[in-house]
Amino acid sequence: MNILVLIKLVPDLVEELTIDAGGTTLDMTWLRLIINELDDHAIEEAILLKERGEASVTIVAPDVEGVDDVLFTAAAKGADRLIKLTGNFTEQVNNHALARAFTSIIKDLNPDLVLTGVQAHDDLDGSVGPLVAGYMGMPYVGYVSRISLSSETATVHKEYPGGVIAVMEVKLPTVMGIQAAEQPPRYVAVSKVRQAMKTATIEERTVDELDLSGGVTVSRMFQPEISERATMIEGDEEQVSARLIEIFREAGVL
Amino acid sequence: MNQDIFVVIEHLRGQVSDISYIMLAAARALAQSQGGRVLGILLGHNAQGLAKNLAADQVLYLDHPSLADFTSDAYQRALASLITEQAPRAVFFGNTSIGADLASFLSAHLELPLLHACHSVTSEGKLISQICGGKIMTESDLANTMTLVTMIPGGFKSEEGQSEKPPEVTSMTTPALENLRVTLKEYIEPEVGDVDISKEPILIAVGRGIQNQDNIELAEGLAKALDGVVCASRPVVDQGWLPSTRLVGKSGKKVKPEIYLTLGISGAPEHIEGIVDSKLIIAINTDPSAPIFDVAQYGVEIDLFDLVEALTEKVGQAKG
Amino acid sequence: MTTATASPNPSYSETIFASLFEVDEGKRIQTCLQCGTCSGVCPFGYLMAFPPHRMIAALRADMYEKIPASDSVWMCVSCYACTQVCPAKIPITQGLMTRTKEETLLAGNIPTELQSALENSQRYGNPLGESPRKRADWASGLEPQVTLMAKEKRPVDILWFVGDYPSYHPRVQIATRSLAKVLNALGVDFGILGPEENSDGDSQRLAGERGLFEMLAEKNGKVFRKYQFNEILTSDPHAYNAFKNEYPTLGISYPVHHYTQFLVERLDQLKPLLKQEVNVKATYHDPCYLGRANGIYDEPRALLEAIPGVELVEMSHNHSYSLCCGGGGGGMWLDGFQWEKSHVRLSEWRVREAVATGADTLVVACPYETPRFEDAAKMVQGAGQLHVKDIVELLADSLGD
Repeated sequence: MNILVLIKLVPDLVEELTIDAGGTTLDMTWLRLIINELDDHAIEEAILLKERGEASVTIVAPDVEGVDDVLFTAAAKGADRLIKLTGNFTEQVNNHALARAFTSIIKDLNPDLVLTGVQAHDDLDGSVGPLVAGYMGMPYVGYVSRISLSSETATVHKEYPGGVIAVMEVKLPTVMGIQAAEQPPRYVAVSKVRQAMKTATIEERTVDELDLSGGVTVSRMFQPEISERATMIEGDEEQVSARLIEIFREAGVL
Repeated sequence: MNQDIFVVIEHLRGQVSDISYIMLAAARALAQSQGGRVLGILLGHNAQGLAKNLAADQVLYLDHPSLADFTSDAYQRALASLITEQAPRAVFFGNTSIGADLASFLSAHLELPLLHACHSVTSEGKLISQICGGKIMTESDLANTMTLVTMIPGGFKSEEGQSEKPPEVTSMTTPALENLRVTLKEYIEPEVGDVDISKEPILIAVGRGIQNQDNIELAEGLAKALDGVVCASRPVVDQGWLPSTRLVGKSGKKVKPEIYLTLGISGAPEHIEGIVDSKLIIAINTDPSAPIFDVAQYGVEIDLFDLVEALTEKVGQAKG
Repeated sequence: MTTATASPNPSYSETIFASLFEVDEGKRIQTCLQCGTCSGVCPFGYLMAFPPHRMIAALRADMYEKIPASDSVWMCVSCYACTQVCPAKIPITQGLMTRTKEETLLAGNIPTELQSALENSQRYGNPLGESPRKRADWASGLEPQVTLMAKEKRPVDILWFVGDYPSYHPRVQIATRSLAKVLNALGVDFGILGPEENSDGDSQRLAGERGLFEMLAEKNGKVFRKYQFNEILTSDPHAYNAFKNEYPTLGISYPVHHYTQFLVERLDQLKPLLKQEVNVKATYHDPCYLGRANGIYDEPRALLEAIPGVELVEMSHNHSYSLCCGGGGGGMWLDGFQWEKSHVRLSEWRVREAVATGADTLVVACPYETPRFEDAAKMVQGAGQLHVKDIVELLADSLGD
């Protein structure tokens, strides 16, 4: 069983985000890039599947700052193969371009199962998983929180709101968007990662051209106004309640 | 390509979801600025009845046993053929377990541009998306070709997409749906155990200000009225007034609700750590210098014991 | 019975046993009497499936593997109480407890909260998960401006290693600013590293992450080498312990003082400046890493006695018998886990002792303590009016404006 995990790195929201001078995209200068949290879950799910049965896990990521550390950490967790896609990934690459780049690896490696996080917080032109499935003509199930494999099919738990689960059966090979691994991503001691840096190798594959078509042009990128302190709602309990009802309505919860 | 805006209606086990109505409202706003009609796209089996309160100019209905419940393969195929045939201006999908399985797939498969995380539509017909945990907003126009859009809630109210007058429902030919690779086996109901507060969209959080265990009932009443769940800061859990599964903060859970309403919580850093991903924080505390007001969007200084009952009643009235 | 790695294929227990000899005085573990005093004095010993003396028994019985499989060791807060009472003088905390946490972590057995703190330390250089760029924000607006080494690029007399909680935690920042005020009043030429500073790593080391500790130490070492200074000053006993006892083993060696030692050396200069009366009845809590771990008991008291208006009383457990606040050895990040098992907090015990002395102020000298004790005071009956202050805050108050 050959499992491929597609991961990408996203801006860390702990750092301040700024818009670049052009006004339509993020300023990359001070951005810290970290692994997309749900891709980390996808890696965890892949490792769990490997631990349960015969499977080999390959991680594929675009070459951006910090990717080596992320790949070696995955190796320390048990990933068998690490592949880095090199090319012009330093510019802001959208998910369509990334998905197209991933398809060339998938065609080469012919995996049984492709896992990736169901979404990322910087997604503006859709999500990698279903885009890849669309380009490859493979089936896709998203919001997956449990997988069990047989030789030809996968049985998955697909999450709906309110804790409802749909149990789906999917023919392999398939792409899946992970919402949560069956256990939270495991901790890996720094000493193990350092060891992996010595023993594991990262293969490089060049992506010649990045085709960015498929997004919608952004005419303006901006940050919502952030107030330093709460807006105080004045009045007695009747007046305050009325205002709170309005706020609940605006938020879509009433 | 015509000027019609399609909205892919989502339903789960006989219920049309809120996002469907929200999308209809958004589609209406878009249609108003650039012309065209709003069409609901309903896929199902013997499900025409679900169209009855959709605020759409027309509903295109595709019926097939394989469409009775959502499965990605069947819905992708049915929609691919419909979109290609009808060539609408834009198609809206929810950013949900249903819509998100469809939109990006079709964007790649049909080579149509896709705008994700759309939150609202301005009066000029501009689409506003919200990304990076709500910290970044973008403004876009529809592309020159057919454009797909995934929508998140917040910009429109569900009522705006509902109508008293049922729309005209037109049955369309459904393509053959054979050799489907994704099939539904069964649904599993959530376990009757304690709730997972990290997945709840509406949380009413109680702190020391609630004073004793009996008063938690007040919070439970408000939570029930709002379809929310009660959670707590550490002192409340330490006293045993609520189980540790309800603890929010550094040594408890990190939550990311749409609404986090606090009752008598001061806002110690260890608690704040658990709530930074909340969409909207509303703090009720009689102490104006409480640090919770530095992270809340809205604050109320009146006594929670005066407020909660009045609020619970008003919510009940609002829900009708 | 196992005493050395004589066998050709050492068992897990034998390997661990042998590795413990590498710690200073580590061989003393061979002379354990199984008296059980360590487990008896351990604040959470009664809740551990394997308190210290049973761990040694397990090693001797070749049954060590039971221990990383249990989560027992996460109750240890590395307070050095066991080390201090052991009649055989076995370095239990430094050797056995730390090593066992390393093994338990490698076995994948780690509470979530601790995992986050360790991952944050790796990614951001601090366990709180704050942006490194904001590490000097506590100093903004202070007059005179605090010297940032990277900006001013000049030699200083004192490199003030501020630390994680003193840099980022809102309550502890108050003490940090107080120390800046005192240093300025004394005309000390000091500088800070700000965003270049990484966590000292000592608590992470004691929580079982040796690799992470070495990584952080390497980074700090590189930064130290960039600048010229005569000594390192810190308000954090854990950082003090790291720089004094651990960093030199990695080739990073500088003279280091805790601020209490530093200020006592300058007491002649400081005392005349302490003009304002600070009328408190204070009781002083000996931090584990100043007291038991490094023998510093008198200097903090000398400072308190120099402040006019301060009346000092001792708690029943004081000096080397002091009760731990529960923050060390990973304890800062194990609250949820430890609470589930014990339903008591060590900080609450200590606050109760403070209240019993009749003091109105519990005085501390470690950045973990102010938030921990303030939190605990909310929960303890009769502690509603108890203030918690770092010594340096009282000094700053006494300086006046």
